[in-house]
Amino acid sequence: MSKSVGKSVVRVDAYEKATGRAKYTDDLCDRSALIVKICHATIAHGYVKSIDTSAAREIPGVVKVLTCFDVPDIPFPTAGHPWSTDPAHQDVADRLLLNRHVRYYGDEIAVVIAEDEISAVQGVRALQVEYEELPFVLDVQEAMKDGAPQLHEKYPNNILAHTDIRKGDYETARQEPGLIKVEGWYDTPTVQHCHIENHGCFAYEEAGRIVVVTSTQIPHIVRRVVGQALGIPWGKVRIIKPYIGGGFGNKQDALYEPLCAWCSTQVGGRLVKLECTREETFVSNRVRHAIRTHIISYVRKDGTLVARKFEAFSNQGAYASHGHGIVAKGMGAFPQLYPCDNLECDCWTVFTNRPSAGAMRGYGIPQAMFAGECHIDDICKAIGMTPLEFRRKNLMPVGYTDGFSKNELYSDTFNQCMDKGMAAIDYLRKYEQYQNQTGPIRRGVGLAVFWYNTAVWPISLESSSCRMVVNQDGSLQFQTGETEIGQGCDTAYSQMVADAVGVPLENVHVVSSQDTDVTPYGTGAYASRQTYIGGFSIMQTATALRERILRIAHDQTRMPVSNLDLVDGNIVRKSDGRVLKTLGDLATEALYSLTDSQHITAETTAQIKSNAYSFGCSFAEVEVDIPMCKVKLLNMVNVHDCGTLVNPALAEAQVHGGMSMAIGYGLSEELKFDEKTGKPLNNNLLDYKLSTFMDHPDLQAEFVENAEPTSPYGTKALGEPPACSGAPAIRNAIFQATGVAIDQCPITPHVLYRKFKEAGLIED
Amino acid sequence: MYDMKALYQARDVADAVSLRLAHPEAQIIAGGSDVLVQMREGKRAGKELISIYGLDELRGVKMEEDGTIRIGSLASFSHITRDPLIQQYLRVLGEAVDQVGGPQIRNIGTIGGNTCNGVTSADSASTLFAYDAVIELTGPEGVRRTPIGDFYLRAGKVDIRPGEIQTGILIAKESYENTFGHYIKYAMRNAMDIATLGTSVNVRLSADRKTVERARVAFGVAGPIPLRAVTAEAAAAGKPVSEELAAQFAQAVKEDINPRDSWRAARDFRMHIAVESARRAFLESVKLAGGEL
Repeated sequence: MSKSVGKSVVRVDAYEKATGRAKYTDDLCDRSALIVKICHATIAHGYVKSIDTSAAREIPGVVKVLTCFDVPDIPFPTAGHPWSTDPAHQDVADRLLLNRHVRYYGDEIAVVIAEDEISAVQGVRALQVEYEELPFVLDVQEAMKDGAPQLHEKYPNNILAHTDIRKGDYETARQEPGLIKVEGWYDTPTVQHCHIENHGCFAYEEAGRIVVVTSTQIPHIVRRVVGQALGIPWGKVRIIKPYIGGGFGNKQDALYEPLCAWCSTQVGGRLVKLECTREETFVSNRVRHAIRTHIISYVRKDGTLVARKFEAFSNQGAYASHGHGIVAKGMGAFPQLYPCDNLECDCWTVFTNRPSAGAMRGYGIPQAMFAGECHIDDICKAIGMTPLEFRRKNLMPVGYTDGFSKNELYSDTFNQCMDKGMAAIDYLRKYEQYQNQTGPIRRGVGLAVFWYNTAVWPISLESSSCRMVVNQDGSLQFQTGETEIGQGCDTAYSQMVADAVGVPLENVHVVSSQDTDVTPYGTGAYASRQTYIGGFSIMQTATALRERILRIAHDQTRMPVSNLDLVDGNIVRKSDGRVLKTLGDLATEALYSLTDSQHITAETTAQIKSNAYSFGCSFAEVEVDIPMCKVKLLNMVNVHDCGTLVNPALAEAQVHGGMSMAIGYGLSEELKFDEKTGKPLNNNLLDYKLSTFMDHPDLQAEFVENAEPTSPYGTKALGEPPACSGAPAIRNAIFQATGVAIDQCPITPHVLYRKFKEAGLIED
Repeated sequence: MYDMKALYQARDVADAVSLRLAHPEAQIIAGGSDVLVQMREGKRAGKELISIYGLDELRGVKMEEDGTIRIGSLASFSHITRDPLIQQYLRVLGEAVDQVGGPQIRNIGTIGGNTCNGVTSADSASTLFAYDAVIELTGPEGVRRTPIGDFYLRAGKVDIRPGEIQTGILIAKESYENTFGHYIKYAMRNAMDIATLGTSVNVRLSADRKTVERARVAFGVAGPIPLRAVTAEAAAAGKPVSEELAAQFAQAVKEDINPRDSWRAARDFRMHIAVESARRAFLESVKLAGGEL
């Protein structure tokens, strides 16, 4: 039988997307739609005292103005997590559709609904808002102090959550004579996902229900949130997700779907459209948590880690969204990546008057790896050990099993990945060559590894559903609740279905769009879970479908099921390999049978109670122009052990995209705020320095394929891992080149200027 | 959708002048890569526009009888870069405008719009300053010419009077003859960016290429408008070519420039980059001129 899995087949949506025929949310919206524009607060903290809407309502084309004084008093959560029936594990419900209590510069306080965009924008400009201003706080540790401005009543000192990990006896262990203490504070910035398609949605009422078509990663979760926010039964809500132009976690939140749905209900159920501008996307969607991390390591001269302390302060911004999950995941990696017997780890998630932080590719791991892997190179410098030697000695050993998740490291992944990466970038030779340079232009090579796991079990529910429907010609459609968001899961799933059912790939038709009225339940695209989790329901449903097909084949051929197989779309007699009939002939006969008509379908739900490690590393080679305070990235290699590759070309593309994000994270991207007003300063693609491909070297992706034993297809996470280790690899390369340890990212020329001056490398 | 009150399309220069007089509040629009962005941001929302984009007589680069190079105000950045006259006599200008934005912006954006926008970061401006460019304006009284240094009044404000449009940018033969120049755009990324600092240097060496006859340097973003560093220019004039001279020249720019502190970049950082850029651009210009170091 010809196998599809493992081949670089062409994306199933390639032609639609390349020719522009693929329909995205805005393409699908009827031109009769009323346009919703949001009025965003222009203070960082305070209360809306009044909004004078009279001038706005006079503008021709303006249909309705709704303010924070009009919305239902129903706080709702937005995080794209599976719902928990246990109230203690439910997401924090802390925002209204429009907020009278303004908690960040950009909070939504009113909307104007108009016949066209210009009238709506003019309407927003015409609103007269009166505020009662309160002091605000932007810094995470300032926000924890007594007397700091308080954002949410229920959370004293703005602390949304604090968790810890304790192992051994840190205080006693660190007293051992002769230990070397290495301490560092590491800062990561607020960044935004910058998917190419801004979030947008449209809504209308139909037959007493509300329909929302939206650019989301999580249609079934959004359905629940819209129901909660509007206070209506969830069955009254229908969410449709067409093709989307990227999400990277920003759209793993209910964004403006609840507000858009509510607006429709306020204009008699008419079609209304709400599309974010890029400026709104930066500020009023979600951002990645800026996390400040403090690490202390006590190390023996031979590189043994004796005792370690870890503290992380995660800047949540104004609303809880995904909340503590992010920094908690990062902290969770700390004891596992470099096991140590004596640990004290604490992390806090803290509200501040910044945009709300949510999920973003890596979910706390890019921050944790930046801090952790910079710190490892700091240790290496302090004890005179090479970065490679230290990692070989201390990284998680083969056979390590995490007590909570039961994840096990089955293979010598780290060493295999590092070996492959070193060969690709010629690491050892360059490392030697770049030691102890002088002069204005210097080169360096850096290494960083990453820890990741796949999906969210056992923290949350993991389940996936799949439906397959066989056509008269023997082709089939399949659907899952897991969503195509550009990463290519429609293609990977099609390959998996083809092999599991036993039909050629060209006979497999994916239903790309999710519609909560017809798509089986699945929680969506996040946690790098698609091929792993989806694989279970695809395998299970394919097995059920095959059983049904072979039973019908028995009826039609009189051969026992045990002697039948379905191979490449043919019913085959196993004993002699003879093709008895095609699946098409079987399906046609079954459907049109006058005695026993059968529509051949299967649908199952798989609950997944396992999880899998997915590890790898990055290597970066840089050239630092010291007088110009500039870093040129010369080479970059990522190596991943994501198990068996379903589609090597797509896997490589996935890695390239993640490396690109890591380059921006390491060198240029940061959302900045005015300290005096809390106003975002650079919420546009000119002033926010997303890296361009002129800033990239040729990106190299390598793989080590250790099949994951818990997965039906041997796969594990690859969605987020590529974004996790690039930034610290770049930092460590700069460290080798210049001897200057930079404990913050992005490492911009502004930062280098200060650091090089401090280090005496430049003078004015 | 753009919130514009009206759009008037000029048929020729005379028509553009009449439209300007008839609609004094209207904004002139050429390629639109600045004006439409501002309109979308709300800064020029609801305004009338006069489009001069269809005036082909304002396109192209020509050499006049006295050797003056005339760049039509509607010449796009990409046309300027590829123009044979520019490549032969003013290569540095072609290289400078090839660093504006990205390819689409360089196709639609015009040098007239770049200068009339009045911003200090314009990639064409520092080189035009360094070549003593003359701005030609046509209005109801006919043609008026003004040195580029006088054309820039203050940040975002240039000397275009009622009824006028900019019709050309002129560079005299005396200014460009036998010169070689280099532009350094210092930005946070290698494309799609505005300059944190723009440095344009050009030199004319003696016949034996051992002495600097004339050196010029102009900066963008070293002050509210583009500016020349005359102290540095004087320091290099008549001096023998050397690495030390490059360093002295570079240090001298500090006497002339006045960058500000902003969230985009700190003053001391810009000062530092200006010195290093001046040194490197000077050395590169000398090399291009055949000077030996």
